[in-house]
Amino acid sequence: MNIFAPIGRAVLNYLAQIGRLAVFTLDSVTACFRPPIYWNLIVQQIMRIGFFSLPVVGLTAFFTGGALALQIYIGAARYGAEAFVPVVVLVGITRELGPVIAGLMVAGRVAAAIAAELGTMRVTEQIDALTTLATNPIKYLVVPRLIAAVISMPILVAVADSIGVFGGYVASTQSLGFTGAIYLKNTIDNVTYHDVSSGLIKAAVFGFIIALMGSFNGFNSKGGAQGVGAATTNAVVSASILILAANFLLTNLLFTD
Amino acid sequence: MARISSTAKVELRGVKKRFGDKVVLDGVDLTIQPGSSLVVIGGSGTGKSVMIKCVLGILRPDAGEIFVDGKDVTRLRGGARDAFQRKFGMLFQGAALFDSLPVWENVAFGLIQGRGVKRRKARDIAIEKLAKVGLGAEVGQLWPAELSGGMQKRVGLARAMAADPEIIFFDEPTTGLDPIMADVINNLIVDTVKGTGTTTLSITHDLVSARKIADRIAMLYAGKIIWEGPTADIDNSGNPYVDQFIHGREEGPIHMEVRG
Repeated sequence: MNIFAPIGRAVLNYLAQIGRLAVFTLDSVTACFRPPIYWNLIVQQIMRIGFFSLPVVGLTAFFTGGALALQIYIGAARYGAEAFVPVVVLVGITRELGPVIAGLMVAGRVAAAIAAELGTMRVTEQIDALTTLATNPIKYLVVPRLIAAVISMPILVAVADSIGVFGGYVASTQSLGFTGAIYLKNTIDNVTYHDVSSGLIKAAVFGFIIALMGSFNGFNSKGGAQGVGAATTNAVVSASILILAANFLLTNLLFTD
Repeated sequence: MARISSTAKVELRGVKKRFGDKVVLDGVDLTIQPGSSLVVIGGSGTGKSVMIKCVLGILRPDAGEIFVDGKDVTRLRGGARDAFQRKFGMLFQGAALFDSLPVWENVAFGLIQGRGVKRRKARDIAIEKLAKVGLGAEVGQLWPAELSGGMQKRVGLARAMAADPEIIFFDEPTTGLDPIMADVINNLIVDTVKGTGTTTLSITHDLVSARKIADRIAMLYAGKIIWEGPTADIDNSGNPYVDQFIHGREEGPIHMEVRG
């Protein structure tokens, strides 16, 4: 038994998978710009991906904002810089935690749902059936989800930003002795266009990653229930990792002041 | 082999397909005349489905050509592929109904999405097609999950026929049905397709079904068509493989690979 054979096979499989993903991404993106575009499906997916994620994203943003304020206070107090809590909460939420927390929550919720739905359609031959009915499966299934996710995520993150800052406000006024009016004035005086927009651009990229990984894993699922389960897991894990990696890259490349 | 047969509706020439190390199709040659019904028989896992998916363009053959109406369609892509897809209808083994859509929309799907027919008109056509397979208009309001296996097959048949395609593929049309329901489906296939000028290609291992719906029968074994002839000749084909298969004997030239 050659010990290099399994290693080589794993590397080849990995490279083949990257190649498949690249082709799939290219096909999907070009399909976004070629008619027909299924507008009603896009609206339906915006409801599923965006609207129904609001409670999850809102709650996590609120608690994250609150915890962030408490932690920053501890650090800032060491230098007598408690007054900076509102600004740091603002920057932390809008630039970083809003998009990342929302991205990870939506990855768990939506990438899984997309992979499970498309994976089941794959193993029950529904995707092949689309082809036989003169309908391109990428256009009918993937494009609406991609477009909906790219539109929904910035809106979700805008909501998450507001609620996250509000979470910081509640924690600061309730436990840290801040005056509400001063906290708000500090926040509003310091909010910059760049803080918010950088987070929203990240959000759109994360939305793309979520829908792409959900669709790709669903489309390529094999076997029966087990294959769909594996596709769902892979979708969530790969979307989450890619979101964190893309977050680092985007922060590094584009959003340093 | 390089003969040009301009009359064939569908022609496969030396079609090969492999998955990894496993050779599934090893040079399939097959011709289907317009308006005829060809049934391909063969054991489970002999590549019958793969062959149909190659013709449909769902899978791409590694070698060989596929002609539809004398035109090489093997490597069509994009808009040209979509246009040629409209000639086809297919009944899938598990019916493959879209469970997110009610029954009538499943039947009307190819009309609405693939051909831009207005919903109201497509709905009328769908109800008419459902009636042809013996289902009432009220079934159109149900969801696919609410139907029995036999009803799903009938809806699948209605969907395959909805756009009046030139060629219909049947993938194991009777598998998983009781003998009576299988006969109902066979009769429906014969009644709804025969005489309409539609060309059909079916794959099955159900010989009762094959004898009923086929004009000609071909047998696929080890990636090749090993016998082809009129349905009446199947019992005296003189081919030991065909004989073994149609009589369902374990002994003979075909060795079942029992391992996965």
